[in-house]
Amino acid sequence: MDFLNIADVSKQYDGHLALDKVSLTIPEKSIYGLLGPNGAGKTTLIRIINQITAPDSGTVLFKGKPLSQNDVSRIGYLPEERGLYKKMKVGEQALYLAQLKGVSKSDALERLKFWFEKFEIQPWWNKKVEELSKGMAQKVQFITTVLHEPELLIFDEPFSGFDPVNANLLKQEILALREKGATIIFSTHNMESVEELCDEISLINRSKVVLQGNVAQVRAAFKTDTYTLTCEGVFRGEELRHCEVLSSCERNGATTLRFRTPSPNEVLAQVMAGHKITAFFEEVPSMNEIFINAIKGSQHE
Amino acid sequence: MSKIGLIIKSEYLRRVAKKSFILLTFLVPILFAATFFIPLWLSGIDSHREEHIAVVDRTGKYKQVLANTTDFKFDVVEPLSDAIGGIPAAGNYDAVILIDNDLLVKPSVTIFSEKQVTPELKRYVEQQLAVFVEDEKLASYAIPNLKAIVEQLHTEIEVTTVKMDENGTANLSSSEVASVVGLVFMMLIYFFVFTYGSIVMNGVLQEKTNRIVEVLICSVKPFELMLGKIISIALVGLTQFLLWLLFVVALIFAGGYLFDIPLQPDFTLDNPNTMAEMMQHLMSINFAEIITLFLVYFVGGYLLYASLFAAIGAAVDSDTDTQQFVFPIMIPILFAMYAAIYSIENPDGPLAFWCSMIPFTSPVVMMVRLPFGVALWQKIVSIVVLVITFLITTWLAAKIYRTGILMYGKKVTWRELWKWIKYKN
Repeated sequence: MDFLNIADVSKQYDGHLALDKVSLTIPEKSIYGLLGPNGAGKTTLIRIINQITAPDSGTVLFKGKPLSQNDVSRIGYLPEERGLYKKMKVGEQALYLAQLKGVSKSDALERLKFWFEKFEIQPWWNKKVEELSKGMAQKVQFITTVLHEPELLIFDEPFSGFDPVNANLLKQEILALREKGATIIFSTHNMESVEELCDEISLINRSKVVLQGNVAQVRAAFKTDTYTLTCEGVFRGEELRHCEVLSSCERNGATTLRFRTPSPNEVLAQVMAGHKITAFFEEVPSMNEIFINAIKGSQHE
Repeated sequence: MSKIGLIIKSEYLRRVAKKSFILLTFLVPILFAATFFIPLWLSGIDSHREEHIAVVDRTGKYKQVLANTTDFKFDVVEPLSDAIGGIPAAGNYDAVILIDNDLLVKPSVTIFSEKQVTPELKRYVEQQLAVFVEDEKLASYAIPNLKAIVEQLHTEIEVTTVKMDENGTANLSSSEVASVVGLVFMMLIYFFVFTYGSIVMNGVLQEKTNRIVEVLICSVKPFELMLGKIISIALVGLTQFLLWLLFVVALIFAGGYLFDIPLQPDFTLDNPNTMAEMMQHLMSINFAEIITLFLVYFVGGYLLYASLFAAIGAAVDSDTDTQQFVFPIMIPILFAMYAAIYSIENPDGPLAFWCSMIPFTSPVVMMVRLPFGVALWQKIVSIVVLVITFLITTWLAAKIYRTGILMYGKKVTWRELWKWIKYKN
């Protein structure tokens, strides 16, 4: 079932088109990557989902129904530029933000206790926010985002400011939230984490969707039939048929060859005849490469 | 609890618990009481030290004129020939008065002293000698009973002002007392609108610059956030005002009791009726009405200006950018204060009338007019106009706020603000 259905959404600001007929469908219980360079229109789209602003045209359906003001309590948003009241105590502040989302005080206290124990940050409860490091504040912000147990979570660059240990902790929590049934929109420039976490993505550039789909399928679509082969012995590959050699290099009596071919089995058979193959794999483009190529491609149009 | 209620509660508790709030709340009444008591206390300290003063009278006519008092003891000494100018060495005396010539001919004497001559001494000598010389002059006219005639001539007329109300009952009134009452309430409104208006602006700006607003704005509507902040700060202001009032009253009573200082300045002793009269004048002012209207104008004026301040806080990126927008808002408030001060002279004049109708100045100016009595229709028109205006400014401010609060790194101009107002959502 479609959890969130965005159809033909456009938004204009002051002569500048921030979103141009953007459509995307987010399946339930998935992690959806919202990608794009700075200023592409991601934040505008997120603000429309959060009902901070309304689209000029197009519709947004939340579980099949148009968004209403009551839905904000079903959404948790961790903005990229996030802050807390510096002079306020951590616990007090988390409680306040939870209550603003409509959680009762007793429920909020109970859930906060659970999360503070989980992240091992109980000693911070009475500390002022200004005493915390950036990473510590991010943890508190993560908790306040998920505390009202929203069905839809929007994370904008959640890992910025985290050390690798805590970033990993956060990743596990995000995956656990999906297991529990939450749908997650994930906006980031970190393509590695997209490969790791996202089920589907939309790439937005200059207000338009330029690439969309399942991560595995997107990557498959960007394959260029390029393979890497390592074999023993010195080998130039010039004599291989049905194959365009891109590069070859020799080291310690072994050869690594990169080539492009429509029929890899045939090429392998030729090499196998004279050399021992130690490694062979297809080069699937990383999301990073796809991102750069897609943006370049859309820029040239 | 509604979201706006939550915002008000949280914001209020946070601001009231601030060190600066507590410090200011306690210090101001103490300073106020101190300025009230320290002069009284100092004047109460027994600083009497009898001063010995030598009188050198070359004419011999004025030896008995300067009678001893509790402060001054006069010794008539013979002029010495060896000292300079015939003046005895000042060492034994605090001062030396030299009367060189007949004061009828040339009315001047000289006081020599090693220290600064006190004004009291100078005044006493002037007064005593003048009276003596006047009497001498009167006597020289040789008219019988002239002194009694002159005294009879001296006239003082006492003016009692009575204000008639609609029922024809007469009230004793005093324009001085009314002015003071008006000024006090006027300054209070001016102070609160100005101070707490800027607190609203800084609060909004802070939320914007530390980006907490990004989080808040998905839980609550921008309008709720803005109104919650404005209302909570108004409550903080009223709390502070109330605490000051309590402290000042308590301190004055406690101080009066501790130092055993009469709470009325000395002039009441000369005229025992003054205090009673002043009370009567104060009673003639309708305080219930003034305080009720004070609250109405306080809320109205505060909402009007605070919403504009909130809009500025939301529109700009940093403190330094606020100046160009704050200035045009400050002008009407400053103007209102000067208009109010001039209105005291003529509380029913055109300046006072129009400034108490224009909503940007009425909360301040109306305060000085109220103790003098204002026609009912004027009060109604003024309040209605004020309410309509603050609804409009709040609505406009909300539009600017909504757009501005999430807008970063853009140099905001008046044109830009106008565009934001025209956006429809």
